[in-house]
This record gives sequence, C-alpha cells and structure tokens, in this order.
Amino acid sequence: MNGPHDLGGQMGFGPVAPEKDEPYFHAAWEKRALGVTLTAGAMGAWNIDESRHARECLHPADYYASSYYEIWIKALETLLKRHNFVTANDLAAGDAVDLAATPKRVLKAENVPAVLAKGGPCDRPMDEPAVFAVGQRVRTKNFHPIGHTRLPRYARGKEGVIDAVRDGFVFPDSNAPGQGENPQRVYTVVFTAAELWGEGADPALTVSIDAWESYLEPA
Amino acid sequence: MSHDHDHHHHDNELEPMAARVRALETILTRKGLIDPAAIDVIVDTYETKVGPRNGARVVAKAWSDREYADWLKRDATAAIASLGYTGRQGEHMQAVFNTDETHNLVVCTLCSCYPWSVLGLPPVWYKAPPYRSRAVIDPRGVLEEFGLSLPKDKNIRVWDSTAELRYLVVPQRPSGSDGWSEDKLADLVTRDSMIGTGLAREAA
Repeated sequence: MNGPHDLGGQMGFGPVAPEKDEPYFHAAWEKRALGVTLTAGAMGAWNIDESRHARECLHPADYYASSYYEIWIKALETLLKRHNFVTANDLAAGDAVDLAATPKRVLKAENVPAVLAKGGPCDRPMDEPAVFAVGQRVRTKNFHPIGHTRLPRYARGKEGVIDAVRDGFVFPDSNAPGQGENPQRVYTVVFTAAELWGEGADPALTVSIDAWESYLEPA
Repeated sequence: MSHDHDHHHHDNELEPMAARVRALETILTRKGLIDPAAIDVIVDTYETKVGPRNGARVVAKAWSDREYADWLKRDATAAIASLGYTGRQGEHMQAVFNTDETHNLVVCTLCSCYPWSVLGLPPVWYKAPPYRSRAVIDPRGVLEEFGLSLPKDKNIRVWDSTAELRYLVVPQRPSGSDGWSEDKLADLVTRDSMIGTGLAREAA
C-alpha cells in the first residue's frame, strides 16, 4: 500500500538527529512495549508481514505523530483485536473483561533465550531455477496494491541491474493477509541515482533494494 | 540504566503511552496469553547481552583473518554464527565491505529492518522519518549530519533492506592498527561504522 511508512525520497522531515550515547530505551514503558510486542507475537497468531502491515495501516497523521514504539503498540492492539485476544471492552476497562481466543503457545521466561537465538528464518527452498541472473538488466513493476508490498514507491517502474540472486523467501504480499507463504526467489537489484531521482542526481550514488521475483520483469 | 528523556516522552505513569502499555500488559497477563517474566528476559537480553559489541567482534576478526573475511563475504550468516551470534533479525546476513572506492550505507525505508543479532536494537534515528526518507536520495547530506564528509568522487552504495536480508557494513581498517589484537581492534569499531553512518575510530 502507498502508506505513511513508505518513506524513501520523501522530503520535509528535517535533519537526522543522532544522539550521543543514546540509551536503548527512552522511557520504562518502551521496554514493556518491546516485550509485550514480542511475547504477543510469540503466540503464533500472526506473522511478521501481518504485523508490519498493521503498522503501515495507521492513519498517516497518527503514524507521523507517533514514536516508533507507539506505532508498535497501536498496531499490536489492532492485531490482538483482529485475532480475538483482546476486545474493545478490555481496552476500555484496562483489564481482562472478555474471554480470549486460545493461543497456539505462550512464551515462558525460561524459553526466551532459545527462542531469540533461533529467530524465525524465512528462507524457503526453491525447486525452480532463478529467472534472472547476475548482471541482467531488469525493470521493477509499476503497481500500487492496496495491500502489503515490499516494493517501495521510489523504486517502482525503474530499470536496474541484478546484483545478487538470493534464496527463496516467504512472499510478504501474500503472507501478510494470510494467503500463504508462496515463496519466491529474492534478488538484490541496484539502480543508479539518475534512474531513481533524475535530474541533478549524485553521479557517484547507487541504491539497491531486495526484490521478490514477481516484482521484476526483463528490461 | 539510563533514564534520559527525549523531548517527546517522559518516564511517568501519567504519560498516556505508559498507561496504555501497562493496561495491555495487564490484560494479556490476566488472560494467560503472555508471561510478564518473559518480557523481563527479553529486555535484559537487548540491554545487556545482544548489542554492537557482537558486530565489532565480527569486524575485528575480518580485519585480522583473511580466511574469515572471505567467509564473511561469501556466507555472512554462517561466518557470524560461528562466533555465536544468531537469531532474531539476524537470520539472513550479508556483510558489505567498504573500500577506497566505495562507502556502504544501510537503511530500511519501509520500516526498521536492522541486524539485531550483531548490532542489537536500532537507535531511534534509524527508525525515524528523517533518516529513512533521505538516506536513499541524499546520503551525503545525511552523512554530514553525522559529521562524516566523504569526497565527492567517493562512490556511495545504499542498501535498502526491503526483504529479510540484514546488512552489516565492514568499515575499513584504520591505518596504524597493524599487529593489534582482535580485542583491541574491536574497540575501534563503532555501531555507526557498521551501519555506514560513521567510520571506524582512528588507531591512537
């Protein structure tokens, strides 16, 4: 979707503000926000693509006015309601009022180190050979789906070169709405700044994205 | 533990987000859906165990050991895992090496993809709109804001992490560090140098 999250090339946000000796968290609630998000995700009711899409679906005014962990929490409430773990009554009361769906699992403290160390690999073996080869010129598709996609707007309809052929990976565009993993091969595609940004672009700049096979066609 | 505040947020129970998160944690805990002790372990992991020191060790080893550097170039996931750094948001790694000709910079324009297993949790600026919007169109301007001025003819390659690959920049080894131990070299490797918004520290 052409949501507020798709930031590449947007203007007007001002300078980057690096902080010296930045702490990991700027308030105690941010620690709980990280932990609640990860433990709730560990119930296994939604995947990372669905959770990314829930964040992207915040109203743009809300997205830009929210800090990152605020975005996480707002999206988490949406996911918890969608999957019947939390109701509007619960949230209004600030307490458990209604019954919840049964989770696939509950992450216990003693299992956290193993779960974090394992992660969630999303590469998948591919039987079919790669369609594109390193060095080949390709063009990204120009599409504007209302659902989730990982092809950023600034890199749509652009001609680039295959820089690397990757493994098969879960396809976010179908995985986010629960339509299956449908893995596809991923390619690193590199573009000149002139192709992406046109007039006045930095001649010494190149930018790459990682693109699923169906985002690409031969140039 | 730091209790620094930025200008938006206050570590105060009256603050709406603090109340909102506490309510959510309470609801989920009472329903038996989450274990609050698990949250403590997650926070402790990313405050004390998993951070940029991991990545610094990877870089220092690559600087010291040509075979390891080759392995890191070919199969970063395995080479990094061999040092014990695996897991969430580091499942699929690619190391990109700065050279005399090319400086590498990593961004995630769509969200906040970042190699947690080697760098820990991302800093706020990495996740915020100014960096995400400008890193792909004006990286030289962004680098200036980090105090890094690159020569105009130095190539910049920006890696936008739009899929599940996570990128680790291997900065150039500072001159004057010949013969240094890996531990001493690791002290030269800053977090920002592994994102590409900085260089390694000079060898003093």
